Amino acid sequence: MTRTRGKTTATEEIWRLLQSVPDPEIPIISIVDLGIVRDVFDEGHPVVAITPTYSGCPATEMIEQSVREVLDEAGHPDAEIRTVISPAWTTDWISDDGRRKLREYGIAPPAASAARGRGLFGGVGLAIACPRCGSTATSRVSEFGSTPCKAHYQCGACAEPFDYFKCL
Amino acid sequence: MTGSIDVRAAEPRLEYVLRLADNALVLGQRLGEWCGKGPALEEEMALVNFALDLVGQARMLLSYAAELEGAGHSEDDLAFLRDGMDFRNLLLVELPNRDFAFTIVRQCLFDLYQCGLYEELQRSGDSRLAEIAAKASKESRYHLQHSAGWFVRLGDGTAESHQRVQAALDRIWRYTGELFETDDVETALVAEGIAADPAVLRSEWDNQLDRILREATITRPADDGMASGGRHGRHTEHLGYMLAEMQFLQRAYPGASW
Repeated sequence: MTRTRGKTTATEEIWRLLQSVPDPEIPIISIVDLGIVRDVFDEGHPVVAITPTYSGCPATEMIEQSVREVLDEAGHPDAEIRTVISPAWTTDWISDDGRRKLREYGIAPPAASAARGRGLFGGVGLAIACPRCGSTATSRVSEFGSTPCKAHYQCGACAEPFDYFKCL
Repeated sequence: MTGSIDVRAAEPRLEYVLRLADNALVLGQRLGEWCGKGPALEEEMALVNFALDLVGQARMLLSYAAELEGAGHSEDDLAFLRDGMDFRNLLLVELPNRDFAFTIVRQCLFDLYQCGLYEELQRSGDSRLAEIAAKASKESRYHLQHSAGWFVRLGDGTAESHQRVQAALDRIWRYTGELFETDDVETALVAEGIAADPAVLRSEWDNQLDRILREATITRPADDGMASGGRHGRHTEHLGYMLAEMQFLQRAYPGASW
């Protein structure tokens, strides 16, 4: 069995296909930009390693399904999906391109590295910039927004209510 | 698959993994009961999000337990086809939600425990457990920030919110001794470097809790008359009612899926 890690021609095609698979809850960003696709291997058939964001993320199974469909349509019915949980997913893995897309979509991307705000009463005091006007005069309305990975904020300058992608 | 699965007298590692899994599963189910009944939309979402994380953690742990058991069962079989006496969860997590103060106090005590436990388990000699702990640890810290924040806000809040938090803590305190109990299963696994040492967990839990209590202006109850038994399948009457609801579908329509 040949196990080729990294971007050979065969795996490059798979990476390109996966780049077109949107996150089901934030369709503006692909699962590659979100850091959910951890690796692609060529083991005679394509193997895609994916990791869940939160343990309880209801989108995990849907993502698996979407990956399967896209690869199947592209002529890879034998593709294998492997779920890995280590190292645990972190918002630090969201690509720069992904962050830009989130902002354009109206979601403030994670403000700091996930290692911050680990204390008992930590995670407060981070300046979250409004994705509409850029002001940091924003306030948290609720720690939990439209999905488990987002908090709900409001901008004090332009009054825009917006989602903030929390650091994990 | 019909009837109940009996995994009593399991080998220590399986026993330990089931204990962790059942704590997450039972509290996840309990918190889910807040769905549609939260005191405010934001808090309902918070509690139900915690429930989702816990059920997700329970799934990882139950899948591992099913592999260790090696009897061809799935995570669903272990969740839905075991009887109450086969559940190893702490009594703390099966207690009914009561009011918001009670739910928050219980959550804060449990999150504090889980944070310490998963921090330790990331260094477990069992690599699967260490991986699950690393994932769950991030979520537990998140939960704790929320539950500790509310514990302080309610405790140091109005006369009524203060009284409710103190009453909840007084009522719940007798269920906290069980968190740090040790038995042959854990002693053996601690010696092997697989399980977390309850004595280590206890001192850190005590320190952090005292800090929260000070901020919340809440008094620590006395340590007497501690309840015990959940980890050995001796539960309060509340668990049976919960399982009757949680397991109904798989019991009535074995193997049903969607």
